Amino acid sequence: MPSEEISSTASSELPREIKALLASQHLAVLATHHQGQPHASLVAFAASPDGRNLLFATTRTSRKFANLQADPRAALLIDSRGQAAADFHEAMALSAKGPVREVAGTERESLAAVFLAKHPHLREFVGAPSCALLALQVQVYELASRFQQVLMYRFLP
Amino acid sequence: MRYLLPLSQISPSSGPQVGGKGLALARLAREGFPVPRTFCLPVHVYHLYAEATGLRERILMELNRKDFQQMRWEEIWDAALRIRNMFLTTPLPAAMAAALAADVQECFGDAAVVVRSSAPGEDSARASFAGLHESYVNIQGGEAIVQHIVLVWASLWSDAALLYRQELNLDVAASAMAVVIQELVAGECSGVAFSRSPHDETQAVIEAVYGLNQGLVDGVVEPDRWLIDRQSRRLTHMPPSARSAAYAPAAGGVVLQSLAAPQTDQPPLSTEQVWEIYDFVQRAEAVWQSPQDMEWTIHEGRVYLLQSRPITTIAVENTDQRPWYLSLRRSFENLKALRAKIEGELLPAMRAEADARQGQDLADLTDTQLAAAIRERQEAVQHWTAVYWRDFIPFAHGMRLFGQLYNDVMRPADPYEFMTLLAGAPLASLERNRRLAALAAQVREDPALTALLQSGDWTSLPPAFQGQLMDFLNTYGDLSCPVGGGQCQQGPQAILRLILEMAAHPPRPLSPPAEAAALTQAFLQRLTGTKRQEAAEILDLAQASYRLRDDDNLYLGRLEALLAAAVAAARQRLQQRGLELPAQTPAAEIARALEDPHYTPPPETQPDSAADPLQVQARQLLGQPAGPGLAQGPARVIRAFDDLADFRHGDILVCDAVDPNMTFVVPLAAGVVERRGGMLIHGAIIAREYGLPCVTGVPDATRLIHTGDTITVDGYLGLVILH
Repeated sequence: MPSEEISSTASSELPREIKALLASQHLAVLATHHQGQPHASLVAFAASPDGRNLLFATTRTSRKFANLQADPRAALLIDSRGQAAADFHEAMALSAKGPVREVAGTERESLAAVFLAKHPHLREFVGAPSCALLALQVQVYELASRFQQVLMYRFLP
Repeated sequence: MRYLLPLSQISPSSGPQVGGKGLALARLAREGFPVPRTFCLPVHVYHLYAEATGLRERILMELNRKDFQQMRWEEIWDAALRIRNMFLTTPLPAAMAAALAADVQECFGDAAVVVRSSAPGEDSARASFAGLHESYVNIQGGEAIVQHIVLVWASLWSDAALLYRQELNLDVAASAMAVVIQELVAGECSGVAFSRSPHDETQAVIEAVYGLNQGLVDGVVEPDRWLIDRQSRRLTHMPPSARSAAYAPAAGGVVLQSLAAPQTDQPPLSTEQVWEIYDFVQRAEAVWQSPQDMEWTIHEGRVYLLQSRPITTIAVENTDQRPWYLSLRRSFENLKALRAKIEGELLPAMRAEADARQGQDLADLTDTQLAAAIRERQEAVQHWTAVYWRDFIPFAHGMRLFGQLYNDVMRPADPYEFMTLLAGAPLASLERNRRLAALAAQVREDPALTALLQSGDWTSLPPAFQGQLMDFLNTYGDLSCPVGGGQCQQGPQAILRLILEMAAHPPRPLSPPAEAAALTQAFLQRLTGTKRQEAAEILDLAQASYRLRDDDNLYLGRLEALLAAAVAAARQRLQQRGLELPAQTPAAEIARALEDPHYTPPPETQPDSAADPLQVQARQLLGQPAGPGLAQGPARVIRAFDDLADFRHGDILVCDAVDPNMTFVVPLAAGVVERRGGMLIHGAIIAREYGLPCVTGVPDATRLIHTGDTITVDGYLGLVILH
């Protein structure tokens, strides 16, 4: 049987689509839970340059912060929907899963700079003593595109 | 009137709304050229329809299932067929349909018309879509005309149009179409006129045929041709080899009729008429100030101009690939001739070539002779592979031609229902499977025979069973070779293992042919007279095309097996000399090593695989639904032919492409997943025959799915889910 074209090859870097979503989107939906009851909230986020950490900020009195204190496991949904019919063929959704930790000390300074480069208007908020800078350490990305195609990208420890 | 525009209301700035053809006709009319009564349905009506019915997003979702660049042409054809069926099964909103039919009735009454495409951007000097979109000739009455408008809109998304637009870097998503509706002038003769020949600017060309000009445009009827030297006005007439046929209007379409004397002996145009048409095309060139290509017809001595467009080839030189895209659509006549060639000439020659070599005893050959035999057999494989691409692959259009006809007539919910009418043909690989199933049935019912097979002592099998087994071996090979018909092991172990596995489970029957008979009857009853006859002929052609899709591979497989046998013999001799060569050593290298004792083929270098910190895993993969149903089971990924040996009942076959030489495992499979895309590829055909869920066109299927993964094949939606 004559053979035909060969399929695309693998790459060890995060795929272009994921990088583009992380760069272009400003808001993400954070999923936490309180004793099994799911809780969803909208957060401003920024990705570390290697894409392994997703940063967001919240006050220490917020519900999401309390939920994460009790169980650090969380998911962030980042997507490119435009609330139009064309979303069904165009939009992509990226779900990131992993544990969330609060960053502190010198690490906080460098990561706050990353976060504020994307959200300069949040400088006062992030600088407030009552505000925590949090990082979701990505274990796996799940990218849904073309309406139904889902690929998982797992970072090896 | 609500939707239709008369030519008088079209201005030079209407291009984006009425398309190139509508604009040119309006200009011809304005300049006083004789144009048949014509109205234009602007682009915004297409948009109204596509928006109101949700069709726009459905089309884009269909096209976006896969990266267009990664789609094989067959997959693009599949997508185009599905999109066409969306149009066929999506009527205009009732109020819109009524208003449009009323418009049409008001403009044309009961007169027959031609419904033509007029996409914006087409027929410009840069891009000519001539022939890529559909036209429908001799359509009558409001309702029928509205139906054909929808078909013309659908042709915006044909495979050829999609590919051509891609080639020209046009935005596929922004495509839209205007439609030109023109009263049919049933000319006694028709043709085209070029104010300058695409090959020689100093000459004008006029071509003419009897009857309508469909035959000329499709290349079915050979025209009379006149060359006119524009400077000296010297006229040269070049008659065709024969004037034998002409297209005439007939019941809702056109029909090819044979010509009789005196027409067969006379050119369709008098010299005066040639000059009359020449004057028209010169005037058109003057109006547009660019070389023009016109279509015309003559009815009762009067010339009518049907359209005018700039000549593409002069502006773009030789970069126009349109002929190639047009060749994607083959006419019934063309396919009939191809069938005759394949069945009468190519397949017998291929068989004869294999038969002639089958008798050759390789053991008698000297090393030099064996090396020559390898080269010769490789040349044979290369030659027939080229023939396969040139003639056999295009013959698959037989199925497509029928599919389109069936969908037009039946408008089925499933765009691939037509495949049911083709199934049940005596495919060579299914016959092989039937004989295997018969052997397995004997084993299933006979515990003593089962025990005997399990013990591996196949020499003491009952003579009757052994006879059938040897007969199978001699006809189909021992199923242990990566090519058909070969015997690569000493003895039938591979077959016996397979038979035992089949016997351990209930048989898998082929889909019943009863449904096919009922569908065929329903289809043919929908048509009358010559149309029914034509449809039956196209169905017959499609069935031949379907059979060949399978059988040609097996014939090619025989030649490949002969090459493999010669290579195996050579390897054995080299081994005796102490030279072990890796499995992937090319045949030519082996032949060279055989002739030249001092030559050792260079080892192949393996690419290093660097450690990958990011692990890619598929969760849900998108392909095309190629066989309905849902199945879950362990994946058996076939990367090399030897992987088939481990195939177990209930496994899901995951492979690059189901090769006809490996279909013997399909009756054991719970489902089929293929990287290669298409509904009409071998794997999809066989899966359908067994009623198995099948998904094709999954990019990287054999890389992202691993043997042992639990997977679900969703043959309804074209998904593969990894658990």
